[in-house]
Amino acid sequence: MSARRAVRRRRYSGNAGVLVLSVVLIVWTFVPIYNMVMISLEPEGDVYTDRLWPKMPSVESFWGVLTQGHWYLEHFWRQFGNSLYLGVMVTFLTLLFGSLTSFSIGRMRIRHGWLVSNCALLTYVIPASFLAIPFYRIMQNYGLANNLWSVIAALVAFATPYAIFVLQEYGRSIPIEVDESARIDGASPLQIYRSIYLPLMAPALVAVGTYALLLAWNEFLYQFLLLSTKSSMTVPVALAQFLNSDQSPWNYMMATAIVYALPPIAIYYAFRRRMTAGLTMGGVKG
Amino acid sequence: MNSVSVADVGRPAIRWHTLSRSLRGGLKGGEYTWAVAFVVPYLAVFLTFVAYPVVYGLWLGSEPSLYRELFADPIYQTTVVNTVLYLALGVNVKMFLALLLSGFFMRPGRWMKVLLLIFVLPWAVPQISAFISIHWMLNGEWGFLNNLLYHLFHIEGPFWLNERWTALGAVIASHIWKWTPFWTLILLAGRMAIPLEIRDTARVDGATGVRGFVYITFPLLANLYLISTLLSTIFLLGDFNAVYFVSGGGPADSTHVLATLGIRDAFDLAQPRLGVAAVMSALPLVIPLVIVLMRKLRTTEVQL
Repeated sequence: MSARRAVRRRRYSGNAGVLVLSVVLIVWTFVPIYNMVMISLEPEGDVYTDRLWPKMPSVESFWGVLTQGHWYLEHFWRQFGNSLYLGVMVTFLTLLFGSLTSFSIGRMRIRHGWLVSNCALLTYVIPASFLAIPFYRIMQNYGLANNLWSVIAALVAFATPYAIFVLQEYGRSIPIEVDESARIDGASPLQIYRSIYLPLMAPALVAVGTYALLLAWNEFLYQFLLLSTKSSMTVPVALAQFLNSDQSPWNYMMATAIVYALPPIAIYYAFRRRMTAGLTMGGVKG
Repeated sequence: MNSVSVADVGRPAIRWHTLSRSLRGGLKGGEYTWAVAFVVPYLAVFLTFVAYPVVYGLWLGSEPSLYRELFADPIYQTTVVNTVLYLALGVNVKMFLALLLSGFFMRPGRWMKVLLLIFVLPWAVPQISAFISIHWMLNGEWGFLNNLLYHLFHIEGPFWLNERWTALGAVIASHIWKWTPFWTLILLAGRMAIPLEIRDTARVDGATGVRGFVYITFPLLANLYLISTLLSTIFLLGDFNAVYFVSGGGPADSTHVLATLGIRDAFDLAQPRLGVAAVMSALPLVIPLVIVLMRKLRTTEVQL
């Protein structure tokens, strides 16, 4: 009897523990997000309050963002387009270079392929921000400052190593004999890459593509250093420009931040399973 | 092209062919050209945009006099202390929380799945959006946090970002907020990969709760935990955004870390060589980390 009671008590206390921890986690997770939403809903000029929720919530600032209706948002769609272009190009090139390289190393077993793998590994463990200063100077010498392609180049260089690992690792699950028999049937390496390798690798390509897109969307430093005119800059750079001025239109900034955050959140939840699978692929072999 | 049947694959003649080819070692002429052509794009990117900046950076920061100037700078000394604190607390608190939470999320039930979906939200929100929000939230006068403290407890909260220690604490907390979900997912996947039989056997043998964790789960997770910690250390060392957006290095340049100080020296002070030197002074920490990590990642094939 008492043993059963002890079990029951333990279950109750366990449930209470789960409840408490759940509440703590939800509050912790949502406080900065709540703050973002709250300020974005303040009507203009009402940001400096001590309220916990706007007295008159309004979507004025979102409307302002979408219609570029504030001096600070003059080039919003242009900048959003730049961010999008950056993300798409980084994703495409990362997938292209990553898949070609991993095909050559993992499937064709090119001689000295491990050297290339090591270059990739080394890039993966060098902090990108440490290379920002020399990279900036090199781009200036090439006359590529203020050009979106200089940022694309940097981000592709830092995203491809991860692509190479994940694709090579995933490729191991596809028997090499598939390639072999296609070879015997007379397929050229390019045909094998296009018609066999890429279709079979589709799940890993989705994972890697999502990674590259989110990397580009999250990146700030290179965009900040390399893009300085209003028409060439991306959304994060525009946001940062107003962070330190005293008269920042905070409600517009927060609305911009939310609009900027929506695509990655949508992508993240759409591809969540694929992404975590990619992130942890072979993660616990050791 | 796609429909290569298993019967074809299994034919001994092909196996023999594979074997002989691997004994000859390497590809036929035309194929070798293709293989090289496939690697060239990435190699070109690596050489132009990684290797060249590395070499150029090493050259920029190669003058010993730069380091004398750097080490004499009181802001640099503060920065080193900040960087060490940021690394020690940011990495370890985050990883330890992730370890505990990954165990929490192993509990069965629908609620846990829903909670996990909510919990990973910070990872999905772009850093810039999140850190700008936190920056304003911590404003001493109008920030949400102090309003909340006042409404709930009638406490006048401090001016978080106007004092070095609270500002640094805010940066560290922001980092933990943003990245704990990611590492929790990694460790959760690690826990899931532990075969069910091992857990069941352990439970039958009386290894449950804390004992199960100490004797069964943690030894099996230890390698992953170690690699995650090392990777996280490197990532955090290169982190620019949390400091730049949350505290901005202020007040009075007292919360910089090496990554932000380097950029400040190079661009705000227009002394790129000094900036490179600031970053390079982390090499005594970076090089051993890189060597250990490269060895670990190569032998155990962990990908994150």
